Amino acid sequence: MSSARRREELTSYLGAQRRADSLELALQGEWRALRFNEISSVLAAVDLSGVHTVLINTQGLLLLDLSCAWRLREFIASTRAAGITVSFQGTRPEQLQVLDDALVKEPFQPPGAPPHHESIIEPVTALGRHVVRVGYDTREALAFIGRVAVTAVTAFGSVKRLRPIAVARHVYDTGVTAIPIVALIAFLISVIIAYLSAQQLQRFGAEIFVVDLVAIGVLRELGVLLTSIIVAGRSGSAFAAEIGAMRLNEEVDALYATGADPYELLVLPRILGLVIALPLLTIVADAIGLAGGALLCRYLLNIPLTQYISRVSESIGPTTFWVGVWKAPVFALLIALAGVYRGLQVSGSSRELGRLTTMAVVQSIFLVILADALFAVLFMKLGI
Amino acid sequence: MATEHPVVLEVRGMVNRFGAQIVHDGLNMQVYEQDVFAVVGASGAGKSVLLRSILGLQHPQAGAVLIGGRELRQLSDAQLRAVKTDYGVTFQEGALYSSLTLLQNVQFPMIEHMQLAPAVRDELAMLKIRLVGLPADAAAKYPAQLSGGMIKRAALARALALDPRLLFLDEPTSGLDPISAAAFDDLLQHLHRELRLTVVMITHDLDTIFRTCNRVGVIVDRRMEEDTLARIVDHPNPWIQAYFHGERARAREVRNGT
Repeated sequence: MSSARRREELTSYLGAQRRADSLELALQGEWRALRFNEISSVLAAVDLSGVHTVLINTQGLLLLDLSCAWRLREFIASTRAAGITVSFQGTRPEQLQVLDDALVKEPFQPPGAPPHHESIIEPVTALGRHVVRVGYDTREALAFIGRVAVTAVTAFGSVKRLRPIAVARHVYDTGVTAIPIVALIAFLISVIIAYLSAQQLQRFGAEIFVVDLVAIGVLRELGVLLTSIIVAGRSGSAFAAEIGAMRLNEEVDALYATGADPYELLVLPRILGLVIALPLLTIVADAIGLAGGALLCRYLLNIPLTQYISRVSESIGPTTFWVGVWKAPVFALLIALAGVYRGLQVSGSSRELGRLTTMAVVQSIFLVILADALFAVLFMKLGI
Repeated sequence: MATEHPVVLEVRGMVNRFGAQIVHDGLNMQVYEQDVFAVVGASGAGKSVLLRSILGLQHPQAGAVLIGGRELRQLSDAQLRAVKTDYGVTFQEGALYSSLTLLQNVQFPMIEHMQLAPAVRDELAMLKIRLVGLPADAAAKYPAQLSGGMIKRAALARALALDPRLLFLDEPTSGLDPISAAAFDDLLQHLHRELRLTVVMITHDLDTIFRTCNRVGVIVDRRMEEDTLARIVDHPNPWIQAYFHGERARAREVRNGT
């Protein structure tokens, strides 16, 4: 075996011929990046035991792209490191020269992950960092609310700066186009309340109180609450995404640069639009909710419409309707502020946009429910 | 000289209409191997529409696009995927994936098309980043942290990820200062020479055209007039005359003393 000539076709990429202690490698075919793994394993499988010189022949090589040239360069480097002489038959492929030029400047260092210190006080520092971040966030949010308030006060000085056309657009987008879904949800909710209460009250023969439950429930709480939650999902997310996309596209910066105030142009019209639209939507939801209750009472409990109407007007107090409607602008303010604030925070990447839009929706729904709970306590204390 | 090479990219009889507006009406185009082909034309003449049609991002009303002699519309999805690994594209604004670092951006095509060990992938991606002249510490940065010139180079690095033999560049030097633009031209020349790439670029930059291109296609009157750079400058069409011999072109000649 030592002196016998042995030619071996390793694959279509490489032919090997051994003469005593020298090995001739004939590269052949197309060495393309998409075949990197095959070529890499072929090179790794070359048997170098007892070899002193390697001669590389590139005459049969149809194509050598950079990725494969890099692999060849690695192979040559590791072969030389093992004390074997490597030379080329004919000219050295110029791709290797390109690599030398590109790589000679500095040795490669992969950008590693940031240093991670695992220690016993890690949870404590994490907590501390979180608290500091929450502190900054709070300060930023307060600054935002202050800025909106100042803009609102100055803008109320003139009709032009209130941007009535933009406000009207937002009333349409957040209010008018939401009517179908709000009406449907209000109807279904009144059906649910009526069904649930009818089941319980029928046992006592007190079906007529179903009307009370539907009327008070819808007017006081559920009409406005569910409308707000739908609007938070629809418009809170839309505000955050619209303004966030404008941030990514540097449109907000362009506004600043032209001397236009984004708070006046983007923030205030959205807040005003929603503050106008949400009470109106609430009234729609109230009406549909009561109508749904009437329908169910008529066909489920055989309470005629005239009796239903008179029972509704008996059961509700003078403030019941207004309690619901007056909550709407407050909820609208919370939804719009959360949406716009998160939208303005977007910077850098599309992932940020998604994260902050999600945050806007979650926070606006949370704020609405929190505010509703506070209202419930407040109204009870006031005796309304 | 260039015509000795085989045709790599061919567009036959392309028609693009948007409503009543006709952008291309029977446009033909031929790019030979190892060409650096510049597509020029007035703003709104349909340069980007042409590129989008070639890339399959838009479907022309009529006409055929052939890459490597194969008509793209007749290929199966798998074949089309294979063709797409043969070319690299850079978009005008870079279109880097904003939620990935530069290194991850360059690795993305590799992950999609090559099964590599992570260490090898890192090395190959870093090689491409080096090759386009970006510093190694840029690799960990997000696109939002890169300057305009770096984004152009980063986009080129991503386009080169799979070692394609055909490159499409959409306004590679727009928005760069003259020095960065000249450096980009040098880079392109270097890559073209070393890697024997075929390059199709949309550009307005006369310096880029004269320094890097050997053939030019001008979109005039909804068709393309294409020729070598030396001959196209003498084309009788008034727009082409104005383009190559107008105020800016003269300023360039004065500057270069030609």
